[in-house]
Order: sequence, then C-alpha cells, then structure tokens
Amino acid sequence: MSKMEIRLAGTGGQGLITGTIILAEAGIFENKFVAQSQSYGPEARGGMCKGEVIISDEKIGFTKVTKPTFVMALSQLSFEKYCYGLSDECFVLVDETIEVPADYQRKNFLKLPILATAREKVGKMQTVNIVSIGAINEILKLSSFENVKKAVLLHIPKGTEELNLKALEEGAKLLTK
Amino acid sequence: MKQVKLMQGNEACVEGALYAGCRFYAGYPITPSTEIAEGCAVRMPQVGGRFIQMEDEIASCAAAIGASAAGTKSMTATSGPGFSLKQENLGYACLTEVPFVLVDVQRAGPSTGLPTSPSQGDMMQAKWGTHGDHPIIAIAPSTVEECYKLCVRCFNLSEKYRTPVLFMMDEIVGHLRESVELPEDGELEVIDRAAPADPKNAGPAYACPNGELVPVMAPFGQGQRYNITGLIHTDDGFPTNSNDIADSQVRRLIRKIEENRDDIITYEEKDLEDADTCIVCYGGTARSVYSAVETLRAEGKKVGIFRPITVWPFPEKELEAISGKVKRIVVAEHNDGQILLEVQRVVKDNCKVDFIGKINGTVITPDEIVAKVKEA
Repeated sequence: MSKMEIRLAGTGGQGLITGTIILAEAGIFENKFVAQSQSYGPEARGGMCKGEVIISDEKIGFTKVTKPTFVMALSQLSFEKYCYGLSDECFVLVDETIEVPADYQRKNFLKLPILATAREKVGKMQTVNIVSIGAINEILKLSSFENVKKAVLLHIPKGTEELNLKALEEGAKLLTK
Repeated sequence: MKQVKLMQGNEACVEGALYAGCRFYAGYPITPSTEIAEGCAVRMPQVGGRFIQMEDEIASCAAAIGASAAGTKSMTATSGPGFSLKQENLGYACLTEVPFVLVDVQRAGPSTGLPTSPSQGDMMQAKWGTHGDHPIIAIAPSTVEECYKLCVRCFNLSEKYRTPVLFMMDEIVGHLRESVELPEDGELEVIDRAAPADPKNAGPAYACPNGELVPVMAPFGQGQRYNITGLIHTDDGFPTNSNDIADSQVRRLIRKIEENRDDIITYEEKDLEDADTCIVCYGGTARSVYSAVETLRAEGKKVGIFRPITVWPFPEKELEAISGKVKRIVVAEHNDGQILLEVQRVVKDNCKVDFIGKINGTVITPDEIVAKVKEA
C-alpha cells in the first residue's frame, strides 16, 4: 500500500493551501483516495499557515497528517516548527533562503530557490505555490505532468493560465536541469 | 460511470441542499461555515434560487423560516456565536411547524473562542439551546460525501415532519476536502412537504385529525387562511391561552418525533460482532476512531464502533443493546463530555463507560484513542 502524507508550511498568502488542493485534485485524476485539510489563524495573511494532503491507495480514516512523508517549508518559522521530529524517511524541502543549522542532517533533504524562481523567472511572487507544485511532483512523482496541469488549471483565477503553467514548468525544471 | 469530484465539506453541504430542492439561503457569514454562504451566493442564482446576506444571524434565521413558510425549501448556516443567535427563531420554527435546515459548522468556544479550530461543543445546545420543551432532529456527518447525502436527508426529515432539522457539522468535515461520488438525478429520495389539494376549501391549517401527528397545510399565501405565531395557537393559527391546547400541542410536537424514531434514527455499527469494547463517536471525530480501531484490531484487540448519524433523537435502544454485550464503552468527542451524559443515561450499569475529549482546538489523534482504549 502506498500512502503519502504531505505537509506544506509557510506564511499566509503564499497559496500553500491551494497548493495542497491542487495536489489532492491531481491525486483524484490518478484514481487515488485523497484527504486535504489546513490550519491557519484568524488573520487573512502573514500568519503561519499549513496545508496538508494525504494521497493513498486505500480509503482514508484519520484525515490529518500525523507521520509526514514529505514536508516543505517556505518560511523560517515554519521550518522550525514543522521540520523537526520527523521520521528518517521523510523528505524535507525548504527554500534556499531558510537558515538551516549545520547539524540539521537528513537522508532526504533538498534546498531549492523556490521563492526566487517565482519572483524572478516567472516574474510573479503569487505563483510560488505553483512553482512548489512543479518541484514537488518531480520529487514525489505523484501524478503525470498532464494531470497536474489539469489540476492547476482548475484552481487558478481566469486569465492567469499562461503565467501559472510557466510557474509549474519552472518548478519542475528546478529538479530536472 | 459516476462523476467523482474533489469537494470541501461545506461545498458538499451546498450541493446536497440544492439536490434536495433548497432554493433559498439566508445567512451571515462566519468561519468555519463561510464557504456555505459563499457557495449559495454563487449556486442559488444558477438554479433559480435566492441568496440573501442579512444583517445578522437572528434575521437570517427569520428569513429562512419566512421563505419556507411561503413554500420554498430554505437553509441557513452558521458557527460558534452565530449558533447562539439562531436559537430564538429555531424555537419559533418548532412551534409554528415551519420546516427548514439550520447548519452549524462547530468551532471551538465558548464565545468567539478559536474561530478556525474544530469542536463539537454545541451538541447539548442543539438539543436544548432554544427555550421550552421541544423535540429536535440533529444529524452529524463524518465524511464529505455524508455532508452531501445527509444534507438531503435533513431536508427530507424537515419536510416530512414539518420541523427544523439541525445539520451538526464540525470544522473537521466542513473544511476537509475529499472525493465525492455525485449522486445522479433521482438516485436519492427527495421528499416534499404534504399540502392540501384544494387550499381554499381545506380545513384549519394546524388541524391533525384522526391522531395524525403532522399537519397538512398549504404554503402561506396560497389560499388557505391561517395565522403564524410563536404563541400557543388554535388550529387556524391564532393565539390562545387554553391550557388544554398548550398541553396537546406541545405533546404532539414531541410525539411526532418520538413516535417516528425508527424512521428518523440512522447509525453506523462497525466491527461490533465480537467486540468487548465499543467506541461511541459521531461527526468528524469518527475519522480518528476509524484509524484507531484499525490499529487496535491489527494488534488483536476486539474493538468496535457505534456512530450515531442521527444524534438527536439519541439512538437509545440501539446503544442499550450494545451495552449489554460489551464490557466497556469509550465515548470520544471534541468537547468536555456532552454526548457522554446521554451515553451514561442510557447505559446505566450495563458496562463501564470511559471518556476521551478535547477542548483545546486540536483534533483527537488516533494514537490518543488507542492509548485510552489500552488503559485498563
């Protein structure tokens, strides 16, 4: 049985909850069981925020992530809160701007310029979640690129298709280049 | 092949309401129920329905009752302090026998509490929050698919028994997204309230001849003349001080639910055949319990689940039967022990009753339930 428990953490406004919704949608296209949830504070943006998605071959009971198999942190605070106490197998992805202590050792660990890619290569900071999805799907091979594309298009504002698909491709390129 | 869609619990509730024929929504948005208002604002006009945001929860509850009195299936939704405000008009709908569905996506309280955190702290308020003796129907969904299908059932029960029905969701299912197999047209039963064939020549609206328990009345304004009041009333709806009518009227309201318990009550029993321990849970908490029982069963522990889907009226005889077979019942809920009281009342000394609850805004984890069950 394959069960992935994915947590995306960062700052409110980065679109990470939408990111987990897109991963869930792509999971459904792959005929998987999915459960997506989130936690956030009462403030609209700027607070700590996390989105979670479980993608499984079997029916899902408990819907929250308890033993993450993948964690991404896009802010220092979320790194400190969510990137410790994880299983040895868990994959940790952080933005290159995160200060990671020298003694932070993991088998599966990657630092990528996610924020910089959104800001400079795509040219729009709001696409940081889609850049992330591109990278995450390359790492985890959750779904075919076509299905991820389809899922992205379902959850972005009209008129931003080109921009977001570019973000998705640039995200994937962070792994393949 | 059936259409499978990724949906949020709140979104599924909206679609369920539309499937049931709901065409009027009045509300005042509040987390974590806001997506129900947002969804209705988009969807109602698409199907020829109406959406209105009122000045507060009291007014929106009144608007939903008014629209339903005029014959349109109606819904309102709220959370936290909004549920307190809905209580006054909830009682009005009980006594005036106007069907409507009131959704409460429970969040951590009291007061404004933790707006984005889960809770099941309104379960006793659901039963007794509006004043006076009255019966209530309350249903609690555990999956996004149930948010859809049980919302349809809420409307059906409301229409059939001419009574408000509470859809007691919680933040866990309300904000959860998972796949839903969308039912096709005609697949789920949809009940419409009974009405006289010839309203102008129909008898008094509230009359219940031959021991009937639910009045057959025309929508207000469609030819049958009657009054609507929150005072005890005669068969044509006008106020009366008669103690005899007060007694028979309120007793009939109670009897119309009590005597139809078998039709109203649904529940899930899982892994109980050989169980010595039964976990009682409902709503979003069931998700933690499913996983906990899977773990416990894998370790050879004989644990099962009793999940009331209809929480009010409480499935007394079903739980009583279980309590005679198991050694221990563990109640799991996201409050400080509300349905626990009901379980203790029903179980008496038949078996041991233990409790696991949480009120800090976090979800009870499967591991916590496993640990509780393993405590001797």
